Amino acid sequence: MTKEECKQVVLEIIEEIAPDEDLEGLSHDVRLRDQLDLDSMDFLDIVMELRKKHGIEVPEEDYPKLASLDSCAEYLTPKFNAVKAGA
Amino acid sequence: MGARSLKPHYDAVIIGCGMAGLAAGIRMAMYDRSVLIVESHNAPGGLNSFYALEGRKFDVGLHAVTNYVPPGAKGTPLVKLLRQLRLRREDLDLCPQRGSRIAFPGIDLAFDNGFARLGESVAEAFPAEIDGFRALRAHVAAFDPFDDTAPVVSAREVMGRYLRSPVLTDMLLCPILYYGSARENDIDFDQFVILWRSLFEEGFARPHEGVRVVIRALLKRFREAGGERKMKCGVRRLHTDGARVTAVELEDGLTVTADAVLSTAGARETEALWSATDQPAAPEPGRRLSFVETITVLDAQPADLGAEETIIFFNDSERFHYERPAAAVDPRSGVICFPNNYDYGERRLDEGFFRVTALADYDRWAALSPEAYRAEKDAWYPRLQESALRFVPGLDMDTVRAHTRYIDMFTPCTVKRFTRHIEGAVYGAPRKHRDGTTRFDNLFLAGTDQGFLGITGAMLSGISMANRHVLSRR
Repeated sequence: MTKEECKQVVLEIIEEIAPDEDLEGLSHDVRLRDQLDLDSMDFLDIVMELRKKHGIEVPEEDYPKLASLDSCAEYLTPKFNAVKAGA
Repeated sequence: MGARSLKPHYDAVIIGCGMAGLAAGIRMAMYDRSVLIVESHNAPGGLNSFYALEGRKFDVGLHAVTNYVPPGAKGTPLVKLLRQLRLRREDLDLCPQRGSRIAFPGIDLAFDNGFARLGESVAEAFPAEIDGFRALRAHVAAFDPFDDTAPVVSAREVMGRYLRSPVLTDMLLCPILYYGSARENDIDFDQFVILWRSLFEEGFARPHEGVRVVIRALLKRFREAGGERKMKCGVRRLHTDGARVTAVELEDGLTVTADAVLSTAGARETEALWSATDQPAAPEPGRRLSFVETITVLDAQPADLGAEETIIFFNDSERFHYERPAAAVDPRSGVICFPNNYDYGERRLDEGFFRVTALADYDRWAALSPEAYRAEKDAWYPRLQESALRFVPGLDMDTVRAHTRYIDMFTPCTVKRFTRHIEGAVYGAPRKHRDGTTRFDNLFLAGTDQGFLGITGAMLSGISMANRHVLSRR
């Protein structure tokens, strides 16, 4: 999986948990919280969906790594690839 | 539900199929936890349930779904709730109110959804207080009511720093206490903030078909997510080893085990399920509060008879007494609701409904024989109506009588039957347990006694306790 594909997966999750948000034209290097109305409950759901749909574990101390799309891709892409390799 | 057999073990058992229990159950089931909801009543909804009499459908608790915001609003409890449960706005069919009022002797404060109208009413009726009122509003806006480590303070005490007029203080408290206070004559400030926002900054709405629309949407989500429920079967006993709940014994004799148990039954009601002693628990800080409500079905729309407002909070005395009455009912103050007066667009309710709620004393109602209970209802019904109609210009007792098709009345005993709350306490115990923990590692509280109130608050309570105590733990 590429970093771009990883961002797409994250965007799909956000679209599902916050369908009332407009995801067009998001800056990839700016915190999601600063561009969208997402609170800690929503971030919990991003983590829960990653686990449920993709088998990826994000420990609580790593939540800050999900701040922007860029940091999500940086942090999650190796995890996606590790899950794939393990499967 | 009845025929299907239960599993021997669940990730979570939830006690109570009301708004909090269903919302918690949806969250857990969505994320693949095996969940069983057990409910002693045959109908779901708890305090916000419904019933049918002679073919007519009635709501038990609901006057209004609070926290209404128009489509597109951000970050409010309603929006959070829809997201967390993956519901669409349309699923709840929320139709906004037409306008409401707080009516005290010689002074009225009109308000509707969004804050503007209330601000104008206060400026008009209490010009000397408007600066203090605005400062109080700013304090409410800046306050974080979800910080459960902050000390509990009295709302009256905080209001006293901003407002000099006891009448204005009482008028603002009247809807807030009636729609969510478990304490006599006051409310914890954190709950005051939640209710202020839900009633004054946001507002009232109602689905055209009433509370069953909300319950139906929740049941559907819960079923789709794979949750199980067992109705008409309460919990007989929670077995414990001193540190954890080890098994849940149901009233039909079956026993299941669970990693976590989430109880929406109330703090003391839950304690009674595990406590081995019959000793009375420590005294509570204040008496439990319950209500009566009269329901009158009319053969006309209330607006056509002269009543155009949605909800009227009234009080006829110099001071507002929100306390357990010395008589069976206290008709001095109360809440009038005309469920027809929501903006249903092209739709309307087939019949007119006129509801009046007032404080009542559980002990007096519970002590009556069946005949005396009926006689007491017959005696209080007209008294309460008469008291309330003083605050509805345009509608009088003769008109109501001439158009009445059917009447019903519920009492604190009815509330007890639907909720099993001790003494029919609508808003539960005076003391809340905001973090939801108990003396057992895997037993948690949600719903009324956790402390988020109103129908939206109840659902958010279930959601946040499920998130915190079940989903965030591995």
